[in-house]
Amino acid sequence: MSDATADPGKIEGPTPDDPLAQAKALDNVDAQGRMLAADGTPLKKSLARSLRIQKLRALMLIAPLLLFVLLTFVAPIADMLFRSVENQIVSDTLPRTVEALQDWDYESGEAPDEPVFDALYDDLFLAAERREHTRLGSRLNYETTGISSLFRQTGRSVEDLGDAYLDQFEELNEAWEEEVVWAELMGSDQWLEEQRAWDEESGDPLPEFQLREGVATLLPETTRSFLNFVEFIRTEDQESPLDEEPWSRVYTGLYTDLMNEDVANYSGPHAELLQEADAAVADFETQTTKEFFLSVDEDWGDPRIWGTLEAFSPNYTSGYFLNAVDMQLTPEGAGLRDEDERIYGLLFKRTMFMSLVITFSCILLGYPIAYLLANLPMRSANLLMILVLLPFWTSLLVRTSAWKVMLQQQGVINDVLVWLGLVGDANRLVMINNQFGTIVAMTHILLPFMILPMYSVMSTIPPSYVRAAKSLGATNVTAFRRVYFPQSVPGIGAGSILVFILAIGYYITPEIVGGTTGTFISNRIAYHISSSLNWGLAAALGTILLAVVLILYWAYDRIVGIDNVKLGG
Amino acid sequence: MGTSAESDAFVAFERVQKSYDGETLVVKDLNLAMPKGEFLTMLGPSGSGKTTCLMMLAGFETATHGEIKLDGKPINNIPPHKRGIGMVFQNYALFPHMTVAENLSFPLEVRGMAKSEREQKVKRALEMVQMGAFGGRRPAQLSGGQQQRIALARALVFEAELVLMDEPLGALDKQLREHMQFEIKRIADDLGITVVYVTHDQTEALTMSDRVAVFDDGRIQQLAPPDELYEAPQNSFVAQFIGENNTLEGVIEEIGGNRCTVKLDSGDVIDAMPVNVSQKGERTRVSIRPERVEFNPELGPDAHTLTAEVREFIYMGDVFRTRLSVAGHDEFIVKTRNRADQKRLSPGETIQIGWLPEDCRALDAS
Repeated sequence: MSDATADPGKIEGPTPDDPLAQAKALDNVDAQGRMLAADGTPLKKSLARSLRIQKLRALMLIAPLLLFVLLTFVAPIADMLFRSVENQIVSDTLPRTVEALQDWDYESGEAPDEPVFDALYDDLFLAAERREHTRLGSRLNYETTGISSLFRQTGRSVEDLGDAYLDQFEELNEAWEEEVVWAELMGSDQWLEEQRAWDEESGDPLPEFQLREGVATLLPETTRSFLNFVEFIRTEDQESPLDEEPWSRVYTGLYTDLMNEDVANYSGPHAELLQEADAAVADFETQTTKEFFLSVDEDWGDPRIWGTLEAFSPNYTSGYFLNAVDMQLTPEGAGLRDEDERIYGLLFKRTMFMSLVITFSCILLGYPIAYLLANLPMRSANLLMILVLLPFWTSLLVRTSAWKVMLQQQGVINDVLVWLGLVGDANRLVMINNQFGTIVAMTHILLPFMILPMYSVMSTIPPSYVRAAKSLGATNVTAFRRVYFPQSVPGIGAGSILVFILAIGYYITPEIVGGTTGTFISNRIAYHISSSLNWGLAAALGTILLAVVLILYWAYDRIVGIDNVKLGG
Repeated sequence: MGTSAESDAFVAFERVQKSYDGETLVVKDLNLAMPKGEFLTMLGPSGSGKTTCLMMLAGFETATHGEIKLDGKPINNIPPHKRGIGMVFQNYALFPHMTVAENLSFPLEVRGMAKSEREQKVKRALEMVQMGAFGGRRPAQLSGGQQQRIALARALVFEAELVLMDEPLGALDKQLREHMQFEIKRIADDLGITVVYVTHDQTEALTMSDRVAVFDDGRIQQLAPPDELYEAPQNSFVAQFIGENNTLEGVIEEIGGNRCTVKLDSGDVIDAMPVNVSQKGERTRVSIRPERVEFNPELGPDAHTLTAEVREFIYMGDVFRTRLSVAGHDEFIVKTRNRADQKRLSPGETIQIGWLPEDCRALDAS
């Protein structure tokens, strides 16, 4: 019979004619052979137009959720991923130092020269005024211990260099102490007029500072530091330069300028004062910035400190990721940490191993329950389902704490074992605050996530398959093994993925019952987020965890096939 | 059915009862004997107990009472996989994770057959259902009719002598179903297997079976070859369930031999053949097949005729279907062949109708 192999649709009715041929007969095909709608527009275009409104409406319906997910899920994740490489704090806080360091070579084995220290003095002075140097110190302290205290110490003392010059200038002439003198020396006449007219009470913004003509070429260093000062007090403190004594940094600048520049031809305001100082500076007690920094803390002479600064000067760094895999970015390049400092590799391996054990325990315990759920009569199955769902109605914390009560050395299980005489009172089993406790508690907590997908797959397997297998001669065991089990595998797959991914990122339960040997990588991430405040490292660890999950997911897809995963139907 | 017939029978149900809840019987006192090679259909409305009977035979349900025998041996306590009965399920139950060939090979594998022999048998079974080229496909890649063939081949591949089929064609469209009916019948005859076939489609039952068991209310209402079932129904359930049927209700006025007269509720009197009525004054329901009614009959001298008014004339191609109002009954159907000389009646016409007394069966009134 020829029709036996044919499609039933073709057997059923007359074969429809070739639609293109029909269309040609109706003369609604254009030159390229495209189908045309009744009004002559291409059919595809016409169809797209008629579907557009529907698509738009559908988009509007999901828009609130889409927005919500973007704002609360996608954006934070993207931000987290970004934090794991972001490192702008060094170049933002010490821009001139970073630039100056480019000429320095760590391999030389010596601290950099004067210009780098000059730049550092500049940067650090400003950072100390902004109180940003401690943040940078903490950031770099993750990489080399001691930097934090070095920065704090130096930030406290950075005024001292300028103060020494300030004292000497003041000794020379009291006028150097006066804010107005400085303002007249540096500011233009017009600005002085505006600034004098400015009333603090009025609430008007401070007038824009204007440099006196020529002063920038006459006193370049002074000008630069004075501009920094004016800008800072204007924007940060809302103070008038007429009321504020300049920073000590300005005096250092003035000293440098007077040593280098000739002010004999200067004829502006306070020319005498300046010329008097110019004559006197040669006899000033002086100190180079390098000498100064070394006197504050001799660590500044250590090339390792500078090496760390240089290694972390780029805007993006691999340092956090290297840290997350027990390596570190040293001035010599990336390298493994010392044996006793490696913890993340161990934690990742432990997290993987325990998640796998938990997943397998869930499969072993969940499969029979799911089978019963799918095959018991409706009434018993409903009762069982309520029992399965019961844990969801109890707080996670309560369930975990209950395990603490059960498993601890003075707990229910140990008491029973001692009472039965199976365990001596002195040798009570240690079942909590270790891996065993975490595995037991987490298997219990994640079990419903295994049972539900398994159940929904099993409930779609008609009983007629097993019946058919039996009628074909298979024993109960064979029918289960060859027919039922293979069809329930998608449920196992779905449950395993769900449980494994949940387990790998689990935090609360390991935190409570894990002790030191049963904690997961997530506990370490939480520590860095909330205690050590090393968010970059936490982000790197989280990113690695995400990558591991994605890789496993991909591997699962390759081996088992994601089409074989069903959550139901 | 005598005792000797039952002891010779290949399949026998002896006083079988089945209850699921201990309160009601789904199958009531079932007795059935089938010789080897018979094609028996269990026909009945849903809930009549036919599928339960099949499941008891296959071993998926246990009889509450009575004995089921296969080839003379009681099988009540034999698990399904040891009964060696082939079965075709309503939704085919082809294992979706195996290819067609693996599906067919499964019963041979569990019997421990060698690989080469298995392959040979699978090939032969596939060829038997004209699906030789489909061994490598998955069931989901086949059409309904093709799946049906594979399910059939699978039930036959291990050379079961008894094959059970539970509404196997229910999911197919009409044309394919008719085609498969002949196909199944042909294969069953070729192989000489015994088939128990469950369906609720009477056409299917009539065209395929050697005998049909009409089930209702947990009992076999009539067990007979198709022609007998259609032409000589034993009670009014069978008469109404099988084929199209006109019924008129009345009281026996006179009875004797194989003739009786029935006074209809409208007062008209007709001739009939008594089937399960025995005495004067008993209420009866007479049954006349629409194609046995004649217009303007030229019957015997003392035959009764009825006056009918045409309500509707339906042209159906090969036949005309005329709806009449007869003896206060508006749904009286008459079928006539589309012959050149056949009169085409129009609504409103009045006409005399009649029939041979043996075509009009006086049955129980229930």
